[in-house]
Amino acid sequence: MNLNDELIATITAEALAALAAVDTIEELDERFPSIVGKRSAFASMQKSFGSLDPEQRRELGARLQDARRAVEASVELRRIDLRAAARTTMLEADRLDLGDVVVASQSWAVTLGHAGLVGSTQAELEDVFVAMGFTVADGPEVESDWYNFEALNIPPAHPARGMWDTFYVDLGEPETVVLRTHTSPTQIHLMESAVANDSLPIHSVAPGRCYRRDTPDARHLAAFHQIEGLVVDHHITFADLAGTIETFTRAYFGPDIESRLRPAFFPFTEPSAEFEITCTICHGAGCRTCSNTGWIELGGCGMIDPAVFESVGVDPDRWSGFAFGFGIDRCAQMRHELSDMRALIENDVRFLGQFA
Amino acid sequence: MRAPISWLREFVDLPESVDDLRTVLDDLGLVVEGIEFVGEGLEDVVVARVDEIHAIKGADRIRRIVVDAGAGPLEIVCGAWNFEVGNHVPLAPVGAVLPGGFAIEKRSMRGVVSNGMLCSARELRLSDDHEGLMVLDDVITPRIGQPIVEALGIEPDVVFDLSIEGNRPDAWSIVGVARDLAARFGRPLREPEYASPTPGTPTATVASGEIDASDLCGRLTVSLLRNVRVGPSPSWVVNRLERAGMRSISNVVDASNFVMLELGQPTHPYDAERVNGSTLRVRRARTGESLVTLDGVTRTLAKPGRGLGDTGEDCVIVDGADEVLGLAGIMGGESSEIGLSTTTVLLEAAYFDPMTIARSSKRHGLRSEASHRFERGVDPELALRAVARFVSILRASVPDLEWLDGPIDVRGDVPEPSMVLLRHDDVERSLGTALPVDGVVANLRALGFAVALADAGDLVVTAPSSRPDIRTGAAGRADVIEEVARIHGYRRLVRRTPTWPQPGGLTPRQELRRRIRQVMVDLGVDEAWTPTLGSETSFALTHDGSTPIRITNPLASDESILRPTMLSGLVAAWGRNIERGLLDVRLGEIGVVFTHPRDAASARRTRGGAGGKVDLDLPLENERVTVVLGHRSDDATSAATLWTLIANRLGLADVVIRAVENPGAGAHPTRSAALVDRASGVVLGVVGEVDPQVIDLVAGVQGRRLGLLDIDLDVLADTQAVRRRSQRVAVPGRYPSAVIDLAFVAPLSLHAADLGHALSSATPLVESVILFDVYRGANLAAGTRSLAYTVRLSSADRTLGDSEVATLRDELIVVAGQHGATLR
Repeated sequence: MNLNDELIATITAEALAALAAVDTIEELDERFPSIVGKRSAFASMQKSFGSLDPEQRRELGARLQDARRAVEASVELRRIDLRAAARTTMLEADRLDLGDVVVASQSWAVTLGHAGLVGSTQAELEDVFVAMGFTVADGPEVESDWYNFEALNIPPAHPARGMWDTFYVDLGEPETVVLRTHTSPTQIHLMESAVANDSLPIHSVAPGRCYRRDTPDARHLAAFHQIEGLVVDHHITFADLAGTIETFTRAYFGPDIESRLRPAFFPFTEPSAEFEITCTICHGAGCRTCSNTGWIELGGCGMIDPAVFESVGVDPDRWSGFAFGFGIDRCAQMRHELSDMRALIENDVRFLGQFA
Repeated sequence: MRAPISWLREFVDLPESVDDLRTVLDDLGLVVEGIEFVGEGLEDVVVARVDEIHAIKGADRIRRIVVDAGAGPLEIVCGAWNFEVGNHVPLAPVGAVLPGGFAIEKRSMRGVVSNGMLCSARELRLSDDHEGLMVLDDVITPRIGQPIVEALGIEPDVVFDLSIEGNRPDAWSIVGVARDLAARFGRPLREPEYASPTPGTPTATVASGEIDASDLCGRLTVSLLRNVRVGPSPSWVVNRLERAGMRSISNVVDASNFVMLELGQPTHPYDAERVNGSTLRVRRARTGESLVTLDGVTRTLAKPGRGLGDTGEDCVIVDGADEVLGLAGIMGGESSEIGLSTTTVLLEAAYFDPMTIARSSKRHGLRSEASHRFERGVDPELALRAVARFVSILRASVPDLEWLDGPIDVRGDVPEPSMVLLRHDDVERSLGTALPVDGVVANLRALGFAVALADAGDLVVTAPSSRPDIRTGAAGRADVIEEVARIHGYRRLVRRTPTWPQPGGLTPRQELRRRIRQVMVDLGVDEAWTPTLGSETSFALTHDGSTPIRITNPLASDESILRPTMLSGLVAAWGRNIERGLLDVRLGEIGVVFTHPRDAASARRTRGGAGGKVDLDLPLENERVTVVLGHRSDDATSAATLWTLIANRLGLADVVIRAVENPGAGAHPTRSAALVDRASGVVLGVVGEVDPQVIDLVAGVQGRRLGLLDIDLDVLADTQAVRRRSQRVAVPGRYPSAVIDLAFVAPLSLHAADLGHALSSATPLVESVILFDVYRGANLAAGTRSLAYTVRLSSADRTLGDSEVATLRDELIVVAGQHGATLR
């Protein structure tokens, strides 16, 4: 072992000894320069290489650098240990047995909280439909492609799948697991379970959160809420659908708000319709919100497509039905003249505090 | 789709009122998204001659122009550079209002007064051209002062911008829209002018066409056109195209586009000289083949994509030497493009399988007007009629055009037009409105359906080849009924509000969700909505060694993981409020959190994949209520107090707060405890504080405490696991209660709540036991503390005497002793 190697071994051992003597993270930060940093023996040895020839300098420099890196690694390990120790000490000093808290001695000052706009709107909508004889159903937010698309008569690679900007979940084969793009998969769950339990008819609404891969702006969020309606019973016709929409519209938006249907296309209903209601801003007179038509689009609806009945095993000769769906957030937006939907997810208490 | 009213009128007589027409179009499901009035706003624009051009001192973008529009010199400031003295350009004088409502005013720029505006074609909404002013000398022989409308021969028109639904490929054309209108108005639909082939040389002697993939290509027609001279189109063709939103290219390309817009059939013209053997053949692309499409991009063919069910199948057109000429139905290749020197045109008009085109177009990220139509479904019977129309249009500029006799027409697999049996009561059973059968028949026939009357008023309905959306069987019946309803008018259908004997209502679970939300809000918590998708960092801090569930195609990298908890979202929301100077905030959310199927005790197994034939394990969805208490004075005890109040309002029988070794990721390890149903031992949540590590994610809040309450709604809803107080109400006794205080020294391992419970259950005469003091001090043995309770004793039938109270007190002390506590 030559002199230089000996020297490197010595300063390494000294640095490690100095490191071992460090007890707190603050101390480590303070002593770092002298252990392995700018004021360390490594740094001064590095400087002394100036007089050596390039070949020797490179070779020696590499060895010194290796030794210095090894010490640095020890410093980092030590830092992690000290940080964990500091955390443990802090947590221990802070310990509180909540089982021993004398709740009776704690006072709870009266403050008022506020229900969220979307949640309240959802409850109001549910109440209207419950009063009309509907039950309320819940459905999952992560669905397979079968429930979100194919059972709803949207086959794989069909252009109609392009109507939904889908978030795919990294599970199973590509594009088989999705964040539901609409609440319509709940229709399939409801019908499947009614068939399995022999419990038709169905008169249900299914509210819930849905997702579309769409950059958020003032009018859209990537997550939003829909409410789906499903009626499967004997002798249900398009007239029942139109009447249900009409009754709901007046009950929720007010007696002077009317509804109308116009033809549209959805793979899971036929005949299908888009439903529009009297513009709630101008009451039909024409304004910017309704592009001067006096009407605004609320959602889609239609008679259950026989292909959907087939995929869930409902006999279309015995049963018929309709479905509808529309945006809960959109109802809230209209009722409260909300100019920027993004406020809904910012959770600023000055925004939240405006709702009863 | 843009539909000019003048073009529609070629096919059907229409009412004058644009508003009425809009209403009818909407009611037919051809939704009007916008209306453009062509020629509107051009009334005041006149032809002006440029007489002088001067620089403006200190301005390098604008110049002072002197023009004459018939009333002497006029100074205008102009920013365009594409003209010279002597050119004629459009002038919008002061007071003019341009299309779109832009009013021209006298303005001063750099000290120069501008008395109007010289306009580009786009400013006049005449085309998309915004390269500079519209120099009129290029187009017409201009006359100073002449109104621009007159000079350019612009006929006022109205263009509807229609949104056509995915199931109406037939309506993606002028004639298709006109057909709907003709059916609604009960008026005849006129045919356009079609050309006939030139007798003489049969096509087959000079050209050929073959289909090698009959499942991908249902029909291929090849026509040969001779004596072609490529040049400009007549102005009526140019105007129609421009109003419909397409730019004029040359008479041949324009004829192709014209036919596509008018009839819905895309056609593709090739320079016959550049197609080997004047042969067009349709086949599957082979692995390794590529093509430079007309947009100059090299496309690798037959390469499987990542979409579900995408095998990489591409349908291509090849020539006699098997060279790939184009991606069938989507875009042609550069090699056989027609040019100015083209004199012989090989014209392809075909029918391709919609799904094949859809998949190819999606995979190559290549959407064209043609692919758009083919993927929805072009009328397979339309091809040769479209060629006849093409020839008739091209003959306007090439009168001696020769269309060789006997165009080649080969067939592959074409879907059969659907035949549907419409039983006499089907319409009423579906619509709830009885429609007279002759009206139904007339409406269907007007749409091109063949209708035959069968027995008992049933109808046998055959869809026209233009309606691939009409299916067979029960689905086909629904499709036909929609057509009947559409032409009749949805607004004229009966409405009836249905009723049924089954009651509506919420499930107990839904009631619980509402209840807890109400209680939370009543106690001062604002309800929040935080993102379902979170970042790696927040996942790392708030999961318990579980597997992240990732989104394959997130919008942003910090929104790529399904949340394992709502905690990080709520902490971020709290932080955002603090950033905005709102320092006392309590937020709560009721929502779903996700567990990877690998980590779930029992996976949620469901069907998925094509045909629903694969078993898939989906993430477990767990509904929770999470509250963060972020008033400056809040800490773990606030959370404990809040929980006690909530538990009381929810009517829970006996849920206790119990210290645990590991309260769970995100919770403060030494200041959080579990919520446990004493009887079942089931844990339903966590109460305490948020882990300082998580709080550190928020800037500027160091040292602040954040109370935490996190409840599992799935567990809470289970009334076996979390028992409710009895429904039976107890009537308090009339006799006075005796109140005694008892202080015990108890080991730390004995929960205060358990000792209290033991005291309560010691004798039926105990009315209540309330912990009122906890004392830890050096004068007590190590590992113990003092717990002091107020105990109320009472009897339903007597006043308890002093001696009886003393006996009861001794009994309670004995019971406490059995649990390891001694009277202090």
